[in-house]
Amino acid sequence: MSEEHTHHPNYVKIWAVLVVLLAVSVIGPMFGIRVVTLITAFGIACVKAYLVAKNFMHITATQRFVPYLVATALVFMLLFFAGTSPDVMKPDGNNWVKPGWIEVDIERDVSLHGAHH
Amino acid sequence: MSAARPIATTRSSAGMPTGRLAVWWVVVSEIVIFGGLLASYIMHRLAHDTWSEQAAHTNMWIGAFNTFVLLTSSLFAVLAHKAAEEGDGVKASNFLWMTVAGGATFVVVKAFEWTSEITHGYTITSSTFWSFYYTAAGLHALHVIGGVVILMFIATQARKQMELHRVELIGIYWHFVDVVWIFLFPLLYIAK
Repeated sequence: MSEEHTHHPNYVKIWAVLVVLLAVSVIGPMFGIRVVTLITAFGIACVKAYLVAKNFMHITATQRFVPYLVATALVFMLLFFAGTSPDVMKPDGNNWVKPGWIEVDIERDVSLHGAHH
Repeated sequence: MSAARPIATTRSSAGMPTGRLAVWWVVVSEIVIFGGLLASYIMHRLAHDTWSEQAAHTNMWIGAFNTFVLLTSSLFAVLAHKAAEEGDGVKASNFLWMTVAGGATFVVVKAFEWTSEITHGYTITSSTFWSFYYTAAGLHALHVIGGVVILMFIATQARKQMELHRVELIGIYWHFVDVVWIFLFPLLYIAK
């Protein structure tokens, strides 16, 4: 065992908060309001992830380079998203159009989607 | 301390035991893997409104139940860490076995869920949504299964008061698996 000792908060209380947040993330989207869904489903997911990382993984109690490493990985994810999403999410742009095979793929998706109903 | 002890137990690197450093490296690598997959899913999901009708066939209550199971198993994992730090290997082992039970429950529930979806015709080749669904949830389930195997090994050792530092290490990994599911749940089950 290492000589270090972690500060242990009341884990059951943190778990109870996480379960309440889970309930809110399930109930929120039932209202069918887009903003409420985004906040309750995805906003709360971020809060839950933070609570787990801080209190269960003790990320803020480890050496400072650990949260920096994790943040770097998340930044790379955002860079990946920023670099590739325009190609996926936009049908055309300046001096480029989406290749025909992508349109074929989308049509295939739609026809399969129709086949299930 | 016997000469047979693993290097990770005795060596410290960058101000922390090498075992813990290694687990954090694993976690960072996994963030890139799951992050890339989820970022791809999000951009495709935003670009294709028709996916919402496919997503409507996933069962939110099963997803919510499995989220509850993983959150609870994370609680047991951190209680095991606390017990290990107090030098109580038996108590740590008991909590680790409860964590194993949580992981096993998650996988069994997922097996029933997938069986139902596949028999209704929603397979990995049905559409791009289902390809993402099975890839992301399947990759996550593989991590759960791997974690359960390691948890069982460490629980067995902890009961004999052996290598108690490993309880914290598997805990970090297990909480990460929990965090991944925290994001998969709204993406695959709630956004409809």
